Parts: sequence; structure tokens; C-alpha cells
Amino acid sequence: MRNRFDEQLFELNREIIEMGAMCEEAIASAAKALTNGDVALADKVKANSGVIDQMEREIESRCMKLLLHQQPVARDLRLISAALKMITDMERIGDQAEDIAEIVAFLNGHTMEGMELIEEMARETIAMVTGSVDAFVKKDVELAQEIIDRDDIVDDYFSKVKCGIIAMIAEHAADGEFALDLLMIAKYFERIGDHATNIAEWVIYSVTGVHKEA
Amino acid sequence: MSMITVKDMCLWYGDHQALHHINIEIPEKSITAFIGPSGCGKSTFLKTLNRMNDLIPGVKITGDIRYEGTDIFSREVDVNNLRKKIGMVFQKPNPFPMSIYDNIAYGPRTHGITNKVQLDEIVESALRGAAIWDEVKDRLKKNALGMSGGQQQRLCIARALAVQPKILLMDEPTSALDPISTSRIEELVMELKEKYTIVMVTHNMQQAVRVSDYTAFFLLGELVEFGKTDDSFSQPQDKRTEDYITGRFG
Repeated sequence: MRNRFDEQLFELNREIIEMGAMCEEAIASAAKALTNGDVALADKVKANSGVIDQMEREIESRCMKLLLHQQPVARDLRLISAALKMITDMERIGDQAEDIAEIVAFLNGHTMEGMELIEEMARETIAMVTGSVDAFVKKDVELAQEIIDRDDIVDDYFSKVKCGIIAMIAEHAADGEFALDLLMIAKYFERIGDHATNIAEWVIYSVTGVHKEA
Repeated sequence: MSMITVKDMCLWYGDHQALHHINIEIPEKSITAFIGPSGCGKSTFLKTLNRMNDLIPGVKITGDIRYEGTDIFSREVDVNNLRKKIGMVFQKPNPFPMSIYDNIAYGPRTHGITNKVQLDEIVESALRGAAIWDEVKDRLKKNALGMSGGQQQRLCIARALAVQPKILLMDEPTSALDPISTSRIEELVMELKEKYTIVMVTHNMQQAVRVSDYTAFFLLGELVEFGKTDDSFSQPQDKRTEDYITGRFG
């Protein structure tokens, strides 16, 4: 009946999964560069950010064409509109991974205590991004809900990191600038968690037709 | 409030059952679209609402259809009066082979209005109501068959309005029209719902989405789903509706 349309939707699906995988890789690499003080890896993350932006433009244009040509309804409409919203969050995740990488390059291998907590926070955030993309791939509402619930864990980490940094500044005032960089990084991870939550909410919408915020 | 209430209605053409246990309440001053594949019974159902099916031999109808609370099949109901209140516009514009004026005045005259001034008023107000007055006011005495297809269809709508109906039934009113005439009719229909209840059969899914407030989906003589159009087209409740509107069958 509608082979061509189904093929195009399949392609859209595939591209979103690909973009999601690129975001996962970007933030995993940014986190790794932070842990190891690996400036070369951080530079690579920065270079890849443009590819994610490009991907967003391509998927956007595919969605526009599908809306124009197919005038989709029901679950087709929900998939395409969810895709349009999700890629914005994915692109932001890519940007924030780039922001983290930029700070890592600036830190130039400088490390100090309190880093472990940020590393744990990074792991939790990466898991959220991976989970939200997985939920999209599997159209899994339960998994998506799990991701949404996990955002509280990342928020808690941010509070803990913040307290740690305040203590750090009190003890080593000379490291103040470095401490603020760490705070920025923690904030970026916290924002990435929010974007993963948004993606998961759109997954639920695309499957059920109901958006949490509605 | 519902204008028409249908309870457990079945219809047979001879041995063939064309409609199965239809239950629906058509809300007043809104547009309800009937959609579904060819032969699903939507036009049959539409025609039943003002008893147009009475004219077809071998038709048997059971169940209950109420217009403003009155059983439309009861002995007290005068069919002409019913069709005055529940007007119909067809797929192909069908003006009478007479002047534009006489086309509109035809209905009111059959209902006994002969006063020229009164008829003039009715004709103008009906033509204005159908958004065609400005185009035809200088040639009311010209033959209606000389108008374009889109104008003819609006004339037919004006003719239906001239007898002051409450409900307009429209059977694919734009399927024979070009896109510009189609959008004029759609605009008109959306204006008309302020005063009238409109029920429209359409094969154009996007038209149903654009125009209607409620959508009823028919399949194989059954009313599968009825609800707000926005809901039906974004999250249909029945898989058969979903498959039909997304083009997976039909």
C-alpha cells in the first residue's frame, strides 16, 4: 500500500538512532577526556560536534519533506513530530559535550580531588542518554519512564558536586578558577540529563500520543 | 447538545445488511465528518438522516433516529418538513435549469411563500449566507447552469439555506471541484457551523482534518470510531481507524 512512505519512515528512524549514537559517543568521549586529562580526545569531541549539527539539519529537512509529501496522521504524525523535537535535544547534548571538551582542553591535564563524584555523575548521565535512545529504538514506554525518573539521581549528583566544590574553594582558594570550571562541567552534565529526559518524554508521546507536559 | 441521536440503527437493502447497529449523537452547531472506504455505508447513513433512503425500494430500517428528540420515522413526521429542516447538498452540483433567483426561491415557494418582497429578502440572505451574493447579485435572472462548478455548488448550498434548515447534510460536496473552489466551500462550511449543524461525507482525509470538529469512521457498515477530529487523527483508539487513515489499507 505505502511502501515508499514506510521506507522513508524507516530511514528517519535509522538516522535518529545514528544521531543518538553519535551523541552518546560524544559525551562518553568528553567524560573520558576529563578523567584522563586527555586533551587530544577533547579536541576530537570538539571536531565531531559539527557532524552532529549537520545530522540535525538533514533529519529536520527529511521531516519537513515527509510532512509536506505525506501529510501524516496518527502514529506517523507522532513519530515525525517527536523526531523534530528530539533532534533539538540531541543537538544540544552534542553542544554540551563540546562545551565540556573545551573546558577539558583548557584544564590541560590539571586534576584534583572531587573529580570522582563528577565521573560518577558523568556515568549516570551517559546511561540516561543511552537509555533514552534505546527507548526510542525499542519504542519502550517503560524504559523511557525509567529514564525520566533517573533525572533526579543526576540532579542529586549536581547538588553534591556543588557542595564539594564550595568546600574545595574554602580549602584551596588558589584553585578557585579550576573549581569553577568543574562546576561548569557538572552543570553541563546536569543539562544533558535534562535533554535525555526530554527525549524520553517524546518517545512516550510518539508511542502513546500523550505528552507529560500537555 | 446533540442534534441527532441514533440508537441501534440497522439498514438492509433487500437481503444485504448495509449498516450494523449504529449508535451516534451528532452535536449541534459543529461539523461532523463521515469517513471510510467506498462501500462502508457512510453515504447510506447520511441519506437515512433525512429519509432520502425511503425512495429506494427494498430498504428496511430498524432502530431509532431522533432529530431534536422526535423520531423521524414516526407517523406524525411530514417528510417534506423533515427535509426542510435537514437539507442536503450532493457531490455533483445540481442546480435546476432555471435562473439563479428561481433556484433559491424554489424551496420557499413550495412551502407557500409568494410575496415578492419576502422572496427577494430570502434569496439575498441565502446567497449571502453561501458567500456567493457578490458574484451573482447583478445576474440573478441568468440561468444557473452558466455558473462555474464551484459557484453552482455554493448556489446549491444557498438553495438549501433558503428554507431555513437546522442541519445540512453534505455528500462529498467538493469532490467535483478544483482546489480553489474547494477551499471556498471549506471556508464557507466553517462559517456556517455558527448557525447550522453540518454533517459531511468526505473521501479527502485532509479535508476532514481541516474542517471537521468530530469524525466518524465507518467500515463494512459499522461505525468503528467516533470522536473529536483532533483525537481521531492524532491518537485513534481503534487499530482499524489507524490503519485506514494512515493508508495501510482501504
